[in-house]
Amino acid sequence: MENIYLDHAAWLPVDTRVLKFAEGFLKNGVGNASALYSFGLAGKKVIEEAREKVAKLINAESENCIVFTSGATESNNLAIKGTALRNIKKGKKLKASSIEHISVLNPMKELQKNGYEFNTISVDSTGILNLDELERSLTKETVVTSVMYANNEIGTIEPIREISEIVHKKGGYLHVDATAAAGRIPIDVQNDRIDLLTLSSNDIYGPQGTGALYIKKGVKLQSVLPGGGQERGLRSGTENLFGIAGMGEAARIAKNEIAQESERLGKIRDKLIIEILRIDESFLTGHPTQRLPHHASFRFSRIEGESILLNMDMYNIQVSTGSACSSKTLEPSHVLLAIGLKHEEAHGSMVLTLGHSNSIEQIPKITKAVKETVERLRGLSPL
Amino acid sequence: MAQIGYSKKVMEHFMKPKNVGEIENPDGYGKVGNPVCGDLMEMYIKVKDDIITDIKFKTFGCGSAIATSSMVTEMAKGMHVDKALEITRSDVATELDGLPPQKMHCSNLAADALHKAIEDYKSKKK
Ligand code: FES
Repeated sequence: MENIYLDHAAWLPVDTRVLKFAEGFLKNGVGNASALYSFGLAGKKVIEEAREKVAKLINAESENCIVFTSGATESNNLAIKGTALRNIKKGKKLKASSIEHISVLNPMKELQKNGYEFNTISVDSTGILNLDELERSLTKETVVTSVMYANNEIGTIEPIREISEIVHKKGGYLHVDATAAAGRIPIDVQNDRIDLLTLSSNDIYGPQGTGALYIKKGVKLQSVLPGGGQERGLRSGTENLFGIAGMGEAARIAKNEIAQESERLGKIRDKLIIEILRIDESFLTGHPTQRLPHHASFRFSRIEGESILLNMDMYNIQVSTGSACSSKTLEPSHVLLAIGLKHEEAHGSMVLTLGHSNSIEQIPKITKAVKETVERLRGLSPL
Repeated sequence: MAQIGYSKKVMEHFMKPKNVGEIENPDGYGKVGNPVCGDLMEMYIKVKDDIITDIKFKTFGCGSAIATSSMVTEMAKGMHVDKALEITRSDVATELDGLPPQKMHCSNLAADALHKAIEDYKSKKK
């Protein structure tokens, strides 16, 4: 049976073109990029080229605005803690949308324990940030506000430009986690006036274990990983050449192919949504139109997501869920609760995220599997 | 989302659960909710001379909840009610070749629903 992978929000296979480009750096290496001998200088060149490619993907004003990290989690930590600690004179208030990734919420909570004030801003039932509430809650002391470009669980794209205007009116810094959005929709940090932007390599088909943080010229940060002073002193540690070269190449490919690929996936997504919503008591989660082109998320009443996931796996189709039963904490996804779902509604969630390997021909197989899965599990359900 | 690593037996019972359904006019009925994650299980029994002759369940829950309910009905069928009352949560898990630690609480659900149904039967008998 053909395998159909629909969990591209969780992990992506590295693009073979990226592998081909970067594998030499893993196999042969080019020395420590900080060393002065020519071997080391070659490494430095690889990194600077990658920096340029990543800068282009998000239209950064200069490649020097890109700092490489170990991934989105580290980028989020550096953006939030680094900015808050360095700009403490401005104030000690932090804001984030209630649907941020845990690697944004947790650093903020950690700062809260250390004397900062932290509040979340609510979203509406489609996941769009409540702009009035944002405006009301910001003060001159708000140093960092963090809102994701798009949400990985419900696919909703936030009105970043408007958010940026509101935040800047109060003179704070805007951090945007673009892990889910980058490579899927065009991002222009200059146009959106974003101060800090998180990118993940694997989420654009690059190697795992690498990420980047865009830092607008003039925004001052404190390192959260002090050491040998690599990456402008903001992120010490010998550079991961393979990861960085790979991420650069992945960014270059993404930039070239984004328009074509998102149109292709958008068509598959639209068809999937239409077909799956034919099922009784099925609902789309997230925004109907302001959503990522590769993202389709649902909930079904009276059944539970982990059993949906297991049942779909029997059809060799991999999906994801925000159900309580599937989480380590046995709590439903905070994103689903934030858009106003009740505990039992969040229970029946299923997330499909498309990627390179998916094609329009797979749609009948997917919808058939979803229909049969929902039917079978409802047959077992007392509700 | 990571696979939680269920045993083959759990997956068998999840995919082909035994004794699914409801019994009309049951001799005992038990319903329990899982306080941890919010799931629901219903158990119906038919009893003759204190022997469980038929048993059916319905479950709203994870793969492990479905598998444990199926397993517990298999274990209890044909058993004396007092013996069935002795089936513990860990008995069910053991019969299923173990459950991942974070899923042990689902087996509580199955055993509790069975016990409730038996208690219901006993209280009606009095
Ligand atoms: S029923 Fe929720 S974790 Fe098993």
